[in-house]
Amino acid sequence: MQEDLLPRHPPVQLIDADGVVVQDDDYALPDSDTLLRAYRGLVEGRRINDQAGALVRQGRLAVYPSSHGQEACQIGAALALGEGDWLFPTYRDSVAVIARGVPADEAMVLLKGDWHSGYDAHLRRVAPQATPLATQLLHAVGFAYAAKRRGDDTVVLALCGDGATSEGDFHEAMNFAAVFQVPVVFFVQNNEFAISVPLSRQTHAPSLAHKAIGYGMPGQRVDGNDVAAVLAVLGEAVARARAGDGPSLVEAHTYRMQAHTNADDDTRYRERAEVQEWLARDPLRRLRAHLVAEGLLDDAVEEEYAAGAERIAEDLRSALNADADLDPEDLFRFVRTERSSQLDEQWRLLRGELSRTPAAPTAGGAR
Amino acid sequence: MTLMHDDPRTASRAEEATPPAVETMTMAAALNRALADAIAADPDVVVFGEDVGALGGVFRITDGLAARFGEDRCFDTPLAESGIVGTAVGMAMNGMRPVVEMQFDAFALPAFEQVVSHVAKLRNRTRGGIRMPLVIRIPVGGGIGGVEHHCDSSEAYYAHTPGLTVVTPSTPQDAYSMLRAAIASPDPVVFLEPKKLYWSKGEVDTSVVADLGSARIARDGTDVTVLTYGASVAVALEAAEIAAGEGRSVQVVDVRSLSPFDDATVTAAVRATGRAVVLAEAPGYASVAAEIQARVSERCFEHLEAPVRRVTGFDVPFAPPKFERWYLPDADRLLDAIDTLHWDEDERSAR
Repeated sequence: MQEDLLPRHPPVQLIDADGVVVQDDDYALPDSDTLLRAYRGLVEGRRINDQAGALVRQGRLAVYPSSHGQEACQIGAALALGEGDWLFPTYRDSVAVIARGVPADEAMVLLKGDWHSGYDAHLRRVAPQATPLATQLLHAVGFAYAAKRRGDDTVVLALCGDGATSEGDFHEAMNFAAVFQVPVVFFVQNNEFAISVPLSRQTHAPSLAHKAIGYGMPGQRVDGNDVAAVLAVLGEAVARARAGDGPSLVEAHTYRMQAHTNADDDTRYRERAEVQEWLARDPLRRLRAHLVAEGLLDDAVEEEYAAGAERIAEDLRSALNADADLDPEDLFRFVRTERSSQLDEQWRLLRGELSRTPAAPTAGGAR
Repeated sequence: MTLMHDDPRTASRAEEATPPAVETMTMAAALNRALADAIAADPDVVVFGEDVGALGGVFRITDGLAARFGEDRCFDTPLAESGIVGTAVGMAMNGMRPVVEMQFDAFALPAFEQVVSHVAKLRNRTRGGIRMPLVIRIPVGGGIGGVEHHCDSSEAYYAHTPGLTVVTPSTPQDAYSMLRAAIASPDPVVFLEPKKLYWSKGEVDTSVVADLGSARIARDGTDVTVLTYGASVAVALEAAEIAAGEGRSVQVVDVRSLSPFDDATVTAAVRATGRAVVLAEAPGYASVAAEIQARVSERCFEHLEAPVRRVTGFDVPFAPPKFERWYLPDADRLLDAIDTLHWDEDERSAR
């Protein structure tokens, strides 16, 4: 019984690094349509990552924490959820956010600096991307608690990285979720680094998924560069939550192929050989090899996917190359439902300054 | 957005739950009554925290709620304050109105990141798309002989954080009405309950609807205005009574709302008397008292007969129980401060 809560070793893998299917007694390979859909997502995700990186270099984005190399986790997370389910992402999960239906330019508003979040969370069923580590896991638990209480069949998928598992909120979220048996799935993308600090400095546990048993919930490990396995394992965890069988923890083994952000220099803390090693386990390469071998992917389909990805990149470029019409009054508009007299006074001060500065945007005119 | 509620409907439904009545009760009972009426009035209101279920809270504020309304409406959580506030954030995002209890002021600190980074900012972060109708109740202050970590005054931390409404009642009536208004608010409220006043008694009219951003004239007076809040209101009233015996008319303003601040009422009061002292038991450095002193000085300068003074706790960690009497500002310390407000010149000019 308690052994059922422990993760498998090695992590679940359904398609190996060379694209060869691995037979598994517990998890079935997703059907061809799902794999094609996932592949298309991977192609688009990779393109978004690379385009966003370029936009940082061009000064159009302030910063971009890339999920290059982790696209199987991003797309697997997005596709594992049903229409009414919710995603609670972090700053490194822009690709998953976009794959859930948030327009790419809205997803980049935070990183462009036009506001702190750019999409309608309720419309997209995607919480704002969380910057403080592990804090969003508790929000996911509370959200799932409310859904359960109301009798919705909503499942909440909460994302975090390996570094976040050291935070107190990670522990509190796991514990609350298990005690109240809420429909939430915790998905840890273990990409081996928290900025510069390796996993060995985050934990002495046999794996991050082993932590689940301490809360009385199942933990599972999955090859995070195998989107088929990510889909199968997350799919089971989501189904379990939806059936009312409670939360679970999934740890994906993946690798952050690029530096933490453009402001980081990863040559200071890791060897190039290690990065090269992970190149061979690339999530796109292996799924492509599998699909080609199975006759599911030909040049025409591949070109179609590439063209679709290029359109997203183009849209992103044109959206980010345009300067947004910013209204300085927005600073005061959303702090509370009713604006306080203090904020009224402060807005009057700023408006007065702007009215004396000819080049400045007209106060209140830009919405 | 069907999940959002921005109208104070809990207040309007109070009559349905409990007929309006005026009763004399303690502040603790008034808070309990407010929670019960809010739970009865709105199915989205839930009360949770540590020991709030069967025990009824360490101060018994949630006494009987779990038994009366069920585990679904008032329940115990794991002992983890960040977990309590963090899950409340998620519940509020999903249409509920959580009212959470922190057991003591210092024990609310593990939740500080959730409060500052999310409770206060989510509405602004999402341009109003996500609202945070949640209440964080925190017993605050000293005067109860509590040991270390049980008597802190943490209001400055919250009042300094944009996006939070921070209020503190000093009467059973305000305890009831302000808690109902806090629960009905579409925005997050940090509700600071002065422990020392939990057992103070007063009349409560449950039909009174509070305006959360407003100050209250607790005692009329013409010579000097004392600006204060929480447990210190009682100290100011005691001092005003003594001063009256000495022929000095002391006005007492209970500012009640630490953020947003009722500049209009406070400014008008101080301009009328021409003298002001701010009284609070928190350490004075970078405090709410310092903020009030600065605001009043800026806004009333031309009307002032003397500098605005403040009487606060010392800048030391809260005193051990047997040192409390030296630490806490009392009526004497306040009267001494009032005595320094350039009365002689007044008397000279009168001659």
